[in-house]
Amino acid sequence: MTEHAIEVTGLTKRFGDFTAVDAISFHVSKGEIFGFLGANGAGKTTAMRMLIGLSKPTEGDGFVAGYNIRTEAEQIKKGIGYMSQKFSLYNDLTVKENIRFYGGIYGLSKKQIAEKTAEILEELDLLEVAKKTVGALPLGWKQRLSFAVSMVHDPDIVFLDEPTGGVDPYVRRQFWETIYQQADAGRTIFVTTHYMDEAEYCDRVSIMVAGSIEALDTPKELKKQFASTTMDDVFLKLAR
Amino acid sequence: MLAITVSHISKSFGTVQALKDISLSVEDGELFGLIGPDGAGKSTLFRILTTLLLADKGEGTVAGHPIVSKYKEIRKKVGYMPGKFSLYQDLSVEENLSFFATIFGTTIEANYDLIKDIYVQIEPFKKRLAGQLSGGMKQKLALCCALIHKPEVLFLDEPTTGVDAVSRKEFWEMLQRLKEKGIAILVSTPYMDEAELCDRIALIQNGRILQTDTPEALRASYPYPLYAVKSRNTYQLLKSLRETFYTRTVLPFGDFLHLSTKEKMALDQIQNDLRTKGFEAIEIKEIEATVEDVFLELSDTEEARTTTER
Repeated sequence: MTEHAIEVTGLTKRFGDFTAVDAISFHVSKGEIFGFLGANGAGKTTAMRMLIGLSKPTEGDGFVAGYNIRTEAEQIKKGIGYMSQKFSLYNDLTVKENIRFYGGIYGLSKKQIAEKTAEILEELDLLEVAKKTVGALPLGWKQRLSFAVSMVHDPDIVFLDEPTGGVDPYVRRQFWETIYQQADAGRTIFVTTHYMDEAEYCDRVSIMVAGSIEALDTPKELKKQFASTTMDDVFLKLAR
Repeated sequence: MLAITVSHISKSFGTVQALKDISLSVEDGELFGLIGPDGAGKSTLFRILTTLLLADKGEGTVAGHPIVSKYKEIRKKVGYMPGKFSLYQDLSVEENLSFFATIFGTTIEANYDLIKDIYVQIEPFKKRLAGQLSGGMKQKLALCCALIHKPEVLFLDEPTTGVDAVSRKEFWEMLQRLKEKGIAILVSTPYMDEAELCDRIALIQNGRILQTDTPEALRASYPYPLYAVKSRNTYQLLKSLRETFYTRTVLPFGDFLHLSTKEKMALDQIQNDLRTKGFEAIEIKEIEATVEDVFLELSDTEEARTTTER
């Protein structure tokens, strides 16, 4: 076991003679909001797929939520939460049915599902629409429900893959408040985003360029290091 | 002549009202931004103006032609890049481009100077199938295909969504150069920071235009005192300021919180208040509003909170 929610060393993925992820090493502390940034094609998705147990590293080693990413991929899949930019909710199921479905997937008992359902409906103020199909909900609500559902099995760490793409600036902020709330309660958050103002909301940020992590620090230190006033500027200096 | 006019256009799909009484105009050679989140109605308006969809009510013209009666004329004169990548995935870069040139009765050579700056960046991959290009390259090819017949008006529906910050910057630089060539551009985006790069913008939400103006005038229209505040532990600061009597609204903006107050405040006053509450490393400054502040002020946040009907 390790003190860190994520700890990887020399993580590498090659497809044929193309190196998508080139020996990256980093750790994420428990309860941290960690921003995982990079240009399109820099290798973010490939790296993330290795972290969540969907792809086996060509080289390197590491632990996520206490499990070995090489040998315990199945435990990782069960132990973490994952929310992608494309909602994984079923539009033609109701709010309640979606929660029950994911509760079932993660092996919760009937009693646990009932408790979790009540808790989510109450916390997200969804009681009135519990029996409505998810397709009828506004985007912002779906997004928060999707986040809640990704944590239905109380994972210690949640991976968020561009969770806020295209949404209202108000809803985007509301969503970040729920992220803060979860981190405050001790959950580790690993998040990717193209919004550079959101990079500022993270405790620490890494920036991937062509398969390698070129920078990793708090937003404040990164700005100092690259003599920039915004993360946008840091990103442009590194990735261009 | 105006490149685009829209007057009182409404459109519903079943019970969902996608556009509610929309009016705007885009001048010749103007770069006009339609700024708003998903579901605001941006794509519906684009489809109506590119003559792919009929409005329920209202009228419009594009390149001087009415959108309904002269739709065939309009189709010859506009370039349209839809939000979803719509080129032929199983044709190569070069084949796609020559296909679109042929459709419009022209050749790549005839208008090469217009696309040259953009095309040279993807030319090394001209034999590659479009489906195998990276996101940024697909976007550049789609722009070339939309330009190859030298359109008078260019419609770009969320060209930068899901695109990284570097490619986004390059894309906007390309748009500035096209503008200099006299092409009117209507571009939509959910990114508020891109609003600053337009000549004029319309903020749109839930099918309604909130306001239309230059970015400068919009920013200046923000009516309340505004401060940027920061301290250690942002989340606690946010919660605390939300409970404070002088606060109108407080929202996260990058590494600072933007605090709008009911009345003008002395910086010391806020600073002392926060220090008393135990916050450390406090920074406060009075700031000018950004386009995003204005959008948040004008937008219907009630809907985000309580309504479940679309």
